[in-house]
Amino acid sequence: MTEPMVSFENVTKRYGTLTVLDNLNLTIGRGEKVAIIGPSGSGKTTVLRMLMTLETIDGGVIRVEGEPLTHMERGGKLVPADQAHIRKVRAKIGMVFQSFNLFPHMTALQNCIEAPMKVLGLSREKAEARAMDLLDMVGMANRRDYYPSQLSGGQQQRVAIARALAMRPKVMLFDEVTSALDPELVGEVLQVIRKLGAEHDLTMLMVTHQMGFAKEFADRVCFFHSGRICEEGEPQAFFTNPQNERSRQFLRAVLEAG
Amino acid sequence: MGLRGLAGLLALTIATIWYLSGLEDYRIFVPGLAQGAAMTVQITAAAAVLAVTAALVAALLKLYGPAPLRWLAVTYIEIFRGTSALVQLFWLYFVLPVFGITLEAYTAAVIGIGLNIGAYGAEVVRGAIVAVPRGQWEATVALNMSRAQALRRIILPQAFAAMIPPWGNLFIELLKTTALVSMITLGDLAFRAQQMNQTTMKTVQIFTLVLLIYLAMSLVITIAMRLLERRAGRGILRARAA
Ligand SMILES: Nc1ncnc2c1ncn2[C@@H]1O[C@H](COP(=O)(O)OP(=O)(O)O)[C@@H](O)[C@H]1O
Ligand SMILES: [Mg+2]
Repeated sequence: MTEPMVSFENVTKRYGTLTVLDNLNLTIGRGEKVAIIGPSGSGKTTVLRMLMTLETIDGGVIRVEGEPLTHMERGGKLVPADQAHIRKVRAKIGMVFQSFNLFPHMTALQNCIEAPMKVLGLSREKAEARAMDLLDMVGMANRRDYYPSQLSGGQQQRVAIARALAMRPKVMLFDEVTSALDPELVGEVLQVIRKLGAEHDLTMLMVTHQMGFAKEFADRVCFFHSGRICEEGEPQAFFTNPQNERSRQFLRAVLEAG
Repeated sequence: MGLRGLAGLLALTIATIWYLSGLEDYRIFVPGLAQGAAMTVQITAAAAVLAVTAALVAALLKLYGPAPLRWLAVTYIEIFRGTSALVQLFWLYFVLPVFGITLEAYTAAVIGIGLNIGAYGAEVVRGAIVAVPRGQWEATVALNMSRAQALRRIILPQAFAAMIPPWGNLFIELLKTTALVSMITLGDLAFRAQQMNQTTMKTVQIFTLVLLIYLAMSLVITIAMRLLERRAGRGILRARAA
């Protein structure tokens, strides 16, 4: 078997006395598209944020292509990693947020070339060429000189996707990226994600409430409940015949809500 | 008031000064007051540069510095905010020589006033930095930027726009504080006015001119800051309005 792209090994996360993730074990293969679903507060966002190093972990280890993310191996032991190590491993991960988080003082194009130039050291020409390809891919090439405040939510989110991709990550994290959008704008963003999904070597981890999209798009669904994976499996099987009582309850509730 | 209104007021102020300067009763004071005004402008400009620098350094150290530097920044801010500018000027000019450090009056004035306003400015800078939404920091992490890159390219430019109006107030405060430098022997505008008042007793004429000159200076500051605000607001201010 080839090495997994990402693995969570006995990862625990606490906020004070609240255990948000309890001994999480999750392995994601190269190019795999995983949908993470579950009720609010079950720890879905926390999983992505830990992988993006936006949250520390209280136990266990996260590996990216076998390399520990926030730890370093030293003398056969794992010790907390320094910033240089974290940045080296983190370079493989990109993330798109629910609230876009575009840089408001920069145009769409500037948003997309900033990190490639400053972090990857690309020349302006190279960075712009790369950014324009991606803006074109997300259908935003003609808005390259617009500031985020001049764009709709769906357009902002598409720019945010292009911005993340410009760093050429191997793993893309999507945290409810359509939840802040007006209903009529959801489709254009999902369409972009579908396009990305066709690139077979991009690994994708997606927290979503769009069950229809998860079913059609994902290779695997993980259902979270109270900081644990309650059930996981191939989407067809999961959605048509959930095994766990909690999954059944959740799917029923989602269906009723429409 | 809009920019146009401010510009109009400035024009009116300058025209009045011009008109009065031509009158018999006022003319004799013009050379002296002009010298004083030049000194005031010089101190204001130099102290403003120092204030902005000190504020930026102190705010960044207080927010992100290692413990000893953080404490140094906090101590600086508290001392200079907690004591009066006059006492600080006296310390720099009259007390430091006792410890073997002698400063020119002008140097002491610039350092004293610059650091005094800088201490208030540090809180303005710090407030503007922490007001930048957390999601902006998170985006820089997701793009694998270093903290220094994030601060320089993403956080500070956004904080900058929010800082401009309070800095406008601080610069005007600074301008007014310069009137204290006469206490350490410098011949600024306020000092010249008092001096001439004592010898001529033409209080109305002298202090009318002085009032108008200070007003013109503070209007220049206000207008400059408004223009800066307009430029820095590209994108960001539109986002706020939306
Ligand atoms: N910064 C925080 N401080 C304290 N509790 C938090 C924090 N972030 C998340 N939590 C808690 O952790 C739990 C999981 O949160 P989250 O991962 O955001 O859930 P989900 O994305 O599944 O809705 C929730 O109970 C939430 O209240
Ligand atoms: Mg969430």
